[in-house]
Amino acid sequence: MRTLIFRTVAPYLTSLMILFSIFVLLRGHNEPGGGFIGGLIAASAFAIYGIACGVSPVRRALYFHPMAISGFGLLVSAISGWLSLAFKVPFMTGLWTKVSVLGVPVDLSTVLFFDIGVYLVVLGSITSVALALEEREHG
Amino acid sequence: MAAESIDISNAMLTEPTALGDWMLVAPVGLPILFGAVLLMVRHETRLHAGIAIAGLLLTLGANAALLLQVLADGPKVMTMGRWLPPFGISFTADALGASLALVATLVASVCALYAMKDIGATGRRYGFYPFLMLLMAGVGGSFLTGDIFNLYVWFEVFLISSFGLLILGSTDRQLDGATKYAILNLVGTTLFLTATAYLYGTFGTLNMADIARKADAMRETGPLMTLAVLYLLAFGMKAAAFPVNFWLPASYHTPRIVTAALFGGVLTKVGVYALLRVLVMLFPVERAELSGVIAWVAAGTMVLGIMGAIAQSDIRRVLGFVVISGVGVMLAGLALGTEIGLTGTILYAFHSVLAMTALYLLAGVIKELGGSYSLHELGGLYRAYPAMGAFALVLMLAVAGLPPASGLWPKVLLVRASLEAGWPWLSFAILLTGLLTTIALGRVYILAIWRNGPSGVPADAATGAPGYGYASMALLCVPIILLGIYPEPFIRVAEAAAVGLLDASGYIGAVFPAEAVQ
Repeated sequence: MRTLIFRTVAPYLTSLMILFSIFVLLRGHNEPGGGFIGGLIAASAFAIYGIACGVSPVRRALYFHPMAISGFGLLVSAISGWLSLAFKVPFMTGLWTKVSVLGVPVDLSTVLFFDIGVYLVVLGSITSVALALEEREHG
Repeated sequence: MAAESIDISNAMLTEPTALGDWMLVAPVGLPILFGAVLLMVRHETRLHAGIAIAGLLLTLGANAALLLQVLADGPKVMTMGRWLPPFGISFTADALGASLALVATLVASVCALYAMKDIGATGRRYGFYPFLMLLMAGVGGSFLTGDIFNLYVWFEVFLISSFGLLILGSTDRQLDGATKYAILNLVGTTLFLTATAYLYGTFGTLNMADIARKADAMRETGPLMTLAVLYLLAFGMKAAAFPVNFWLPASYHTPRIVTAALFGGVLTKVGVYALLRVLVMLFPVERAELSGVIAWVAAGTMVLGIMGAIAQSDIRRVLGFVVISGVGVMLAGLALGTEIGLTGTILYAFHSVLAMTALYLLAGVIKELGGSYSLHELGGLYRAYPAMGAFALVLMLAVAGLPPASGLWPKVLLVRASLEAGWPWLSFAILLTGLLTTIALGRVYILAIWRNGPSGVPADAATGAPGYGYASMALLCVPIILLGIYPEPFIRVAEAAAVGLLDASGYIGAVFPAEAVQ
């Protein structure tokens, strides 16, 4: 699979797919999309990069071990549920706040952070599986 | 800003949540938090045991606080995301769920302690402790959830974690055992999911309190008997009831001994719990119809299980069959369905969680000292390690149901209940199982510990006492002996749990406070 064309295109393809996965993640709150599908797109981006350029560049690019990313995602999701504790509402209640970033009002919510956590869990665990399989193939 | 004027009190809870209610979520939320942290520090294996034990002790504290609250004020409810039940997913803790969650967390903490010795750096890097935490999140969620689909989700959570724990080490034997375990458990899970889909199609709700209050009206028209049978089969597989228990002897002797201890102690009891919850609380009339079948299944499970134990020569395989026969004894109470019978079953579940875990840990210590699990090779341990012999005696008496340890009182209750119900043959089966258990474990004791070994005392008898093994067994022996000589508090809890199952009005009233007033 390591043809010149594929290797040249793969980095661009990967960056585009990751950008798109973040778009899908953020879009998911009111429209089709969300953390799970976003995470899958991002994981396939890393898988493509791994097929084109080998597994170790992917691991270097990720810097953190995929399982650690997955664990961080689980932590983010769990904490966004626990935040309800401070507001005297039941576990996992959606809490909203508005912040202004450079004059643009942005809605922030625990739901968003939960979804980001899901995104990272899916990204981490699927990438971890994919890289392990690709390593076996090339090694 | 029109949204702010909408009255949300018809759809959402409006009173603030008391801090004490968080004890309901903590037994699930804390293990997930700690499991996530452990995943992140996967390569810092030295930190794992400390983090996991701290997390489990916090969970244990939350469980104890929850049980005390439930015993004092009745079932507690927290519905996720403020939606009113049955639309939000409710966590509902009654005496049954809270007490089993407490016992399970206790043995998990002890297993985490023993794992400091049993699981080396490689096992930790493969993720023993994260899997352990996520397994306990799944088990805690199963015991505390009040929603039957959510119960399925928690079953999946602990099932997937248990796959990870089973293959830790990746030897051929483990993969072989794990494949059988995985496939047969997935069949059970699929049945569970099918039954739940059918139930949702029938009732239009998944909240267990909602199902319990609607079941009477559905009885004439709905296929409740079909549902009850499907759940009996699905959870019977999970609980390892005869004749769908062949996955357990095929897999429980393959993992690391501390994993086997946790599985043998806790996992089958989750199946028994689910049977109790669904058949006794949701489908009581159907359970009464099925009681004859359940009684035969119970008798078959306990007698054939323990006969399997007598035939084995590997200690871990013996224990696997003893676990199965214990499940049979618990099913006897389910078949009877009376208050005393269910009290006996629940008390037996407490006993079995503690004693089976301790017995598996004992097997680990025997392996550590004698160098083998095989009864053909072991011997002479009594002379070299009298303390280990003492632990073994107490634990084996406990499992055989002899005083002064924990197995006696649940069996007394179950025998009495089956005599009162006019089923002397069931009490005979329970007593016969007790006798055969004594023979099976007595055989282990004589061959592994009492007799002189084939080569006398083991050559490496000079190795020091196994500190972690003794500490873990001593920790478990405290409640085991307490249950034997001062059973009243335990029986009171089990009785409260049984009463709460038989009369679901407290459970329903906690989820739907408006109904309780009427």
